[in-house]
Amino acid sequence: MTSVGEAPKTVTETPAAAAPRRCKRQWRGGNSVLAGGEPLVWLTGGGLLACILMIVGLLLLVLVQGVSTFWPSAVVRVRTTDDHWFMGEVSRGDTFELNYSGLASLSPATQPQARQLLGQRFHDLVAHWLSRGELGRRLAELAEPACKTARRAVELAPQVRDAPARERNELLARLDTALRSALTEWQTRLEDQLRRAVQADAAGAALDQVWAECRTQEDAWLAQPDLASLSAHWSAAGDLAYRVWANHALSLLTNAVAVPMQRRLLRTGNYELTNEHFTWISQFEVAAEDLPAWALVFERLSWGRFYGIPKALQIDQQTVATEPAEIWQQFQRYHPEVRARWRQRRRLEIDEIGEVNRRLEEARLGLRQVELKHGRDSAVWQTAQRQFQAEQVELEREFERLRSQIVELDHSNDKYQLLVQTAQGEEKSLALADIVRAYPANQLGGFGRLGVYLARWTEFLVDEPREANTEGGVLPAIWGTVAMTLLMSCAVVPCGVLAALYLREYAKAGLLVSIVRIAINNLAGVPSIVFGVFGLGFFCYILGASVDQLFYAAKLPSPTFGTGGLFWAALTLSLLTLPVVIVATEEALAAVPRSMREGSLACGASKWQTIRRIVLPRAMPGIMTGMILAMARGAGEVAPLMLVGAVKLAPELPVDGVFPYVHLERSFMHLGFHIYDLGFQSQNSEAAKPMVFTTTLLLIGLITLLNVFAIWLRGRLRRKFVSSAF
Amino acid sequence: MAFAASLLALPGGAYDSAVRTSEAPGLGGADRSASRLAAIAAGQSAAAVIHDRVRDEEAVLDVLDFSLWYGAKQALHGITMPVAKGRVTALIGPSGCGKTTLLRCVNRMNDLIDNVRIAGDMRLSGDSIFSPGVDVIELRKRMGMVFQKPNPFPMSIFENVVYSLRIDGERRRSVLEEVCERSLRGAALWDEVKDRLHESGLSLSGGQQQRLCIARAIASDPEVLLLDEPCSALDPIATNKIEDLIDELSGEYSILIVTHNMQQASRISDYTAFMYLGHLVEYGPTTDIFTNPRLAETNDYVTGRFG
Repeated sequence: MTSVGEAPKTVTETPAAAAPRRCKRQWRGGNSVLAGGEPLVWLTGGGLLACILMIVGLLLLVLVQGVSTFWPSAVVRVRTTDDHWFMGEVSRGDTFELNYSGLASLSPATQPQARQLLGQRFHDLVAHWLSRGELGRRLAELAEPACKTARRAVELAPQVRDAPARERNELLARLDTALRSALTEWQTRLEDQLRRAVQADAAGAALDQVWAECRTQEDAWLAQPDLASLSAHWSAAGDLAYRVWANHALSLLTNAVAVPMQRRLLRTGNYELTNEHFTWISQFEVAAEDLPAWALVFERLSWGRFYGIPKALQIDQQTVATEPAEIWQQFQRYHPEVRARWRQRRRLEIDEIGEVNRRLEEARLGLRQVELKHGRDSAVWQTAQRQFQAEQVELEREFERLRSQIVELDHSNDKYQLLVQTAQGEEKSLALADIVRAYPANQLGGFGRLGVYLARWTEFLVDEPREANTEGGVLPAIWGTVAMTLLMSCAVVPCGVLAALYLREYAKAGLLVSIVRIAINNLAGVPSIVFGVFGLGFFCYILGASVDQLFYAAKLPSPTFGTGGLFWAALTLSLLTLPVVIVATEEALAAVPRSMREGSLACGASKWQTIRRIVLPRAMPGIMTGMILAMARGAGEVAPLMLVGAVKLAPELPVDGVFPYVHLERSFMHLGFHIYDLGFQSQNSEAAKPMVFTTTLLLIGLITLLNVFAIWLRGRLRRKFVSSAF
Repeated sequence: MAFAASLLALPGGAYDSAVRTSEAPGLGGADRSASRLAAIAAGQSAAAVIHDRVRDEEAVLDVLDFSLWYGAKQALHGITMPVAKGRVTALIGPSGCGKTTLLRCVNRMNDLIDNVRIAGDMRLSGDSIFSPGVDVIELRKRMGMVFQKPNPFPMSIFENVVYSLRIDGERRRSVLEEVCERSLRGAALWDEVKDRLHESGLSLSGGQQQRLCIARAIASDPEVLLLDEPCSALDPIATNKIEDLIDELSGEYSILIVTHNMQQASRISDYTAFMYLGHLVEYGPTTDIFTNPRLAETNDYVTGRFG
């Protein structure tokens, strides 16, 4: 009731309250900060700055990482204190904290040294605590947690874990009582022990000794095979409880011990010998380091890089050179011709044998078609089969001829072998044909390095990938990306423009049109993977399967269009980018002045004539903007492509010289997918990581190129329609 | 012929002229005019005063009891007026009186606006404009229209002029060039642009653009030329040129022009129609309307006492 009564009161008060406020507006001098607009200048400028920082930061990261990947760095040879030799390129370095828990992950050979470093640090810490009288307090804090970790260690021991619950609980109960019986006494005892150890030895060896003693006793006890012997041992050794507790207390105490340590990641290569592409070298392990003059870097067809010093060059089992300089000279002489033969071999294998296989497959499909049409019993099939067999014989003869050529080439290439010695002293024979590129890294000047750098870029741009995509080129991915993007544009622009024309020019504004427009805008918010699922389900499995049944029945059950491919990927992405084109086109159409349309209509033009001659040319720059946005969006999309046709390694390009030249059904490689594959699916992830950035750089460059072309086209169109001001 | 018959069917004309002549114009006109205009403003209909000389002319366009509604709002109230062939007819009146609406109805530009309803008809050389079966595109080809703001198309000057021939599918170069030159000469633009016919029409100055639009409008030899305040966006010099041009075109073309500028109407037109709030108030020879109108209201308006 009261609220009802009060309501009119507030209503009557409102105008009265508002009136004086209006009167208040008066000149208050020029010192109002808000009136000057300054804060908003800073706010908007700050917003812009934040955007620029993010964009430039991202681009800079990609650019710096991508550009530097192919630069050949010096080859370092390192001898570690445990007399291991490593040779390779430093790929990066960082600082890590060496501590007792990380000790186990170090190689056994370097552990004593690390332990010594840590012991020193531990000693310093304990000495520091003693000098400030803190050690007692720290041990008191640790006492109870140490009991818990000790109990857990026993609990987790296999023989305890597997024992019957009653016996186990009994043992643990005994353990608990024993551990907690004399905690304060133990603290003093451990403190005493530590104090004595610190005084005894400045390098921390005595401290280590104390801990090692406790640890070995606990380990020995836990090594007992069963619960009974554990229990018996527990009773027998009177001091065991203290040792176990002290071990855990010390390991808790040493959590604070950490030594900052420099380390470098060395790309050591030689995978077939060491099973590793990369090795971390910590600074404390390094005994000696140099840059050997004749350290050669080999990029090979398989097994990744090889780092070694040449020992001999053999031709036909005969050693022709033994001195590194001489070997290098001879290598440079023979390598090009060996590689030329290798390329010829590859061409024979891929092109010629591929052609033979294709013809064989074609003949087989022809026969199968006859079989489907006339049946196996018909006379037509009999003739066709005889023809097929004749052709098969001929093709097999051709195949044999090519095979023998390849064997011959292989044979002449196998004669050339290079004997290389690794840093560790192992000798390895490399076939010259398997070496893609070799260079003496430490002898190269600026131009030499630039040469290697450019050669790597060239290979990257025009060659096919090898080594699970981590080495070699990305030409198939570039082809696939460009072909897919152009095909997508060809599909999406006409559809989108026609749809927008209908919506803007013909449809009567109403509820239905509004709903359609909202639906189109919402389409832009659908996660792209959903488009991929739709593309797979609808395009590949429904449309593609029907196409196969109608036109490629002879090939079934192996699908032609019934699986992911260039065409379906382009259609899926055009669906994804449709809203961009429609919205941009609608905006462009709406921006065409009404006076233009009226002028055209007044001249007696029909609606379509007006659209074609006046509206579309005027709207063309805007439509091009839509296309640019769609292309950028489509070219960078990965998720849907994974479902509808992008593959890790495509055996054939989607565009080649074989009729019908553009193979819409083929699966293809895509730069975006390639990046994902390199980054997350690669075995040699450390080597693949820089390639991720290089490929990203390339993708950005490619999209920029496509965009610049479209922008140029738009500029040309726009210039035609500049309006003079009057 | 048709307009004479239709006028005879309407009692207003003769009656009004009789009424008017019996009253002395000039003195005391103010309150009387106020009463007539007030009646229109109050929604009552007042019959138009149409001078006899208008009816003596041969009409190219007949507006027959034409009314138009934008949604529920009536914008034109039963307008009946013939437009003389080969003469310049000006429509004047204060803003919002329906001049432009009437003009745009002649080539059915108002079809483009939703929610428009009409009653009555117009006849172009005897052919109905608003009959259901009329091909609007064919109809528009018989007229030329020039808008308030110059609206050349985003294409070359040449293509602008021959646009209406292009959409009819004319491809013969000789015909196109001949029409282009004739139209540009007709629009007094030929000498200025003959050397740059292939530059964009948008590169011309405002006055030139408007003359280009006139050239475009006369390229297809229209029966009626509709000018919708063609000088409102131009400076005085360009306005002068356009006015001279209209002068030259009269006689050859029948011109219906909407203008806000009384001087312009008096200078260039042969006949003037004064409209107010969707009603035709007085329609007669320009000299009579400006110097000796039958209605005091008209006198008030042309002398600038209101509006």
